[in-house]
Amino acid sequence: MTQTLVLVGTAKGLFLLRSDDGRGRFEVEGPVLAGEEVYATCIDGRGATRLFAGSVSMHWGPVVRRSDDLGATWTEQDEASIAFPSDTGASLNRIWQLTPGGPDEPDVMYAGVEPAALFRSDDGGHRFELVRPLWDHPHRPEWNPGGGGLCLHTVLVHPTDPDRLLIAISAAGVYLSDDGGGSWRASNTGIVVTFLPGSPSPEFGQCVHKVARDAADPERLYLQHHDGIYRSDDGGGTWVPMASIGGVDFGFPVVAHPSRPDTAYLLPLEGAEYRCTPDGRCTVWRTTDAGAGWTPLTDGLPQEDAHLTILRDGFTTDGDDPAGLYFGTRSGEVYGSVDDGDSWRLLASHLPPVLSVRAAPVGTG
Amino acid sequence: MQVAVRVPSALRELTGGRSRLTIDVADGGTVGHLLDAVAVTHPAFERRVRDEQGGLRTHVNVFLADEDVRSLAGLDTRLHAGDEVSVLAAISGG
Repeated sequence: MTQTLVLVGTAKGLFLLRSDDGRGRFEVEGPVLAGEEVYATCIDGRGATRLFAGSVSMHWGPVVRRSDDLGATWTEQDEASIAFPSDTGASLNRIWQLTPGGPDEPDVMYAGVEPAALFRSDDGGHRFELVRPLWDHPHRPEWNPGGGGLCLHTVLVHPTDPDRLLIAISAAGVYLSDDGGGSWRASNTGIVVTFLPGSPSPEFGQCVHKVARDAADPERLYLQHHDGIYRSDDGGGTWVPMASIGGVDFGFPVVAHPSRPDTAYLLPLEGAEYRCTPDGRCTVWRTTDAGAGWTPLTDGLPQEDAHLTILRDGFTTDGDDPAGLYFGTRSGEVYGSVDDGDSWRLLASHLPPVLSVRAAPVGTG
Repeated sequence: MQVAVRVPSALRELTGGRSRLTIDVADGGTVGHLLDAVAVTHPAFERRVRDEQGGLRTHVNVFLADEDVRSLAGLDTRLHAGDEVSVLAAISGG
């Protein structure tokens, strides 16, 4: 039997939305990890399904927990799963991203954290080690934090060559590795910054908010920058602007359709100051031609007095066909679509502020 | 010498449900030494109190009897046999 599971990380714990009837009705469970900020979750379906949650308690600090029973119970390691080595002098503030490695390396996991660093696990997420070459990168002392802190929030593993990694940091930009993290280079050519003096195209310093990979062409990537939307057709080597969405190019998340080529979704927000859905209207925008044009999707979404904020990991797909799409807001609503975004409905409301959403079909035995 | 550690209710799942631990510390030991010993017996509890660099977490208070150790000598505060150390969440949050 297959269940669609949606993990909703909030500022006050983790909520689980489950549908056992083909995504018709979703039951809301939670909170678990009550009181903790859950910025990162992961549904790892490479073998027996494993769930991960990276949370932080204001009092008691950050923790990685794992569930091998679809969220019924959560466990943590006695020793910290993620900890900075003593010689770095750094302490883990927050876990921003938990990402599976390649399909043929089922015990590899990556974690992106604040302060900006990448950690890798080779034992299924029990224990992560700092990826030193990125930490030692000569640019690092010049990286500056965005509003969410100096966070490494995006980790993309190339689907056919797991040694090719893309990470993104706010506000340092995109960095690439072709050797499994052994060396790194900034790769922000074409991304224009308006918030720094000097060159509009610095080697690094871009405030990349999120990057997603096209379903069909692994060299094609979609990027939501602080004030622009971009595409790469060469694996992140260079970036070109996508068509503007009515001049509203600010936003946090970007999601690629899980199976359709050239198809991606954005949730633009008004300007860099207000950061809410423009004109009180909540609209998802979809491209089916790799960003040459965008179509507004509003069916089922509030179109008046809707001043919503959706954070960078607050929008996701379940990978199913047709695609399920889910996003959560800082005002505690979760909206979902099970028809590629054509129509939407409210799945949960009155939750704490939503920080992260992940979804997948999972087998329940 | 033996020193008692009071465990806040929020963290008792990390101490097997125990609200109080009795920890052996060498004579002349400090709060830092006490937490080093706790890290051996109850590592998941200890790292709620200190970060990986050994610093007390900002919103965690550690009291020796009724004195906040931050107002004493911090982690270098000397302990004596029979002392009781309490770990408490600061009254902060939102």
